Amino acid sequence: MSVLVLIEVEGGSASLVSREALTFARDLGAGDLHAVVVGTPAPGVVADCAEAGVVAIHTAQDPALERGYAAAAWAAVVEAAGRAARADLVVAPGTGRGNEVLAHVAARRNLRMAANVVSVESLSPLVVQRQVVGGAALERATVDSRVRLMTMAGHAVEPVAAPSPGAATVTPLAITVDPKDLRAQVVRTEARETGDATGLTAARVVVGGGRGAGGPEGFGGVEALANRLGGAVGVSRVVTSLGWRPHHEQVGQTGSRIAPDLYIACGISGAIQHWAGCASSKTIIAVNTDPDAPMVTKANYAVIGDMHEVLPAVLDELA
Amino acid sequence: MTNVLVCVKRAPDPTGEVVLTDDGLRVDGRYAGYTTSAHEESAVALAVQLTEGSDGTVTVLSVGSEDSIEQIRAGIAVGATDGILVEADADLLGPADVADAIAQAVRARAEAGTTYDLVLLGNDAADTGDFQVGVRLAYLLDRPVAAGIQQVEVSDGRATLRGEGPDGTEVFEVDLPAVVTVLEGGVAPKYPSVMGRMRAKKAPVETVAWTGSAAGSGRQVLTVPEAPPSQVTVIGEGAAAAPALVSVLRELGVVSR
Repeated sequence: MSVLVLIEVEGGSASLVSREALTFARDLGAGDLHAVVVGTPAPGVVADCAEAGVVAIHTAQDPALERGYAAAAWAAVVEAAGRAARADLVVAPGTGRGNEVLAHVAARRNLRMAANVVSVESLSPLVVQRQVVGGAALERATVDSRVRLMTMAGHAVEPVAAPSPGAATVTPLAITVDPKDLRAQVVRTEARETGDATGLTAARVVVGGGRGAGGPEGFGGVEALANRLGGAVGVSRVVTSLGWRPHHEQVGQTGSRIAPDLYIACGISGAIQHWAGCASSKTIIAVNTDPDAPMVTKANYAVIGDMHEVLPAVLDELA
Repeated sequence: MTNVLVCVKRAPDPTGEVVLTDDGLRVDGRYAGYTTSAHEESAVALAVQLTEGSDGTVTVLSVGSEDSIEQIRAGIAVGATDGILVEADADLLGPADVADAIAQAVRARAEAGTTYDLVLLGNDAADTGDFQVGVRLAYLLDRPVAAGIQQVEVSDGRATLRGEGPDGTEVFEVDLPAVVTVLEGGVAPKYPSVMGRMRAKKAPVETVAWTGSAAGSGRQVLTVPEAPPSQVTVIGEGAAAAPALVSVLRELGVVSR
């Protein structure tokens, strides 16, 4: 028996959340660790998989897959890889892609799927703890399928190399994509005007702005400090709801989950929805006028004051 | 003419404090109140936008107790045409059950002469966060499905769908009928007018019963992790705290010493 992990590729490497999923899956001790990659895996992806202890990388290179992402076709690849690996457990990162592809596998094969798993209590039967209510609560649940599917909540574990690297043999799958699985396929990708969510989730420093910014013109200090620290801008939901900033900058339950080394939250109260997206930050510094705001009481460090006074002074100090 | 079915779920308001029922099996929304998720509000707004100025209709469907009519009427108040309540004990249902209940309702409406070109759902439910009802529904109805969509245009029997991907805005073109799960961010949710609320009170809501057999969700119990005691170090107040804050940044290694 073995465990299969769906790998998402980012810049020629396995994405951070994919490497987290590999560590999570390996540490379950559920048998050999296999990976599945749609398209030819770059050398960096093979190296990441080997370092994580993967014994075999299953790939599919049908030209139809090259034309653009199609969740149903990716699911067909995962199914074929699962058969090749004799996997009875499949893990994917808890991203839009990971959740969507495993949902297709679940629907096609009438299997159970648990999303946003943070830990596994037992393998037989499979009992998991997973995030619900945007991470504000945990659900203990049984996944009683013959093949168990789960996506892993982002940043539930840190990627750690295996004690000894795996062989990471690249094994092509004999698969021809069914045209029916291409009924919903990306036909083109349009560049965003500014920034992207990937940059936010991968950033080691995030400077966040909330209602305390006061309006769309109030983010100058946030942007300047993010630039100065080589980080990304993140915002609370109220900011995007008011149309002050684009949705791809939103941190929280219905936005991005971040896990930077440092999150500087400026003028953000720290409502449950926002906390769900930033709780995995290693260090949090809050800048807020309210000393009792949840973001302040949950932070590691705080400055009590107006972000419009504090941020310019910090930038001056850094100049 | 485009007919759209939007599926919404009555869920405890996720912005409030999470309180569990005594048996630990569900979130108790009696104090914080109930709502539909931000994704579903966006789905309703997209559906109304798609049908404005046409003969198309927007039907809001919910699977749950009769209390869910509140969420159906909230959708009608911002422009939907009518509603369907699929009565079932939502606490017993898993994602496959909910998908089956919606599929039954879609087929029943088709037999009665109303077909839906698009079925919109939230990307994930605010409470259970399963991420799979829309996809399962698409397979039950044998329709194409795209997830995480923020903008929808319909023309000549096809829909152009836009959503955020890892490398930019991804564009799908799918034949109708189709299923789409909606992510917040592409359209501003609508707020009901007084006229809208009045109309919603009188609008037709058909109640049907789900006749399936529940497979359930596998849930054993819920817990709310206890918040650790505050360990915040207050560096200082106002602009005068800047030097101390920069010292912390240097200690953390995010700026050079």
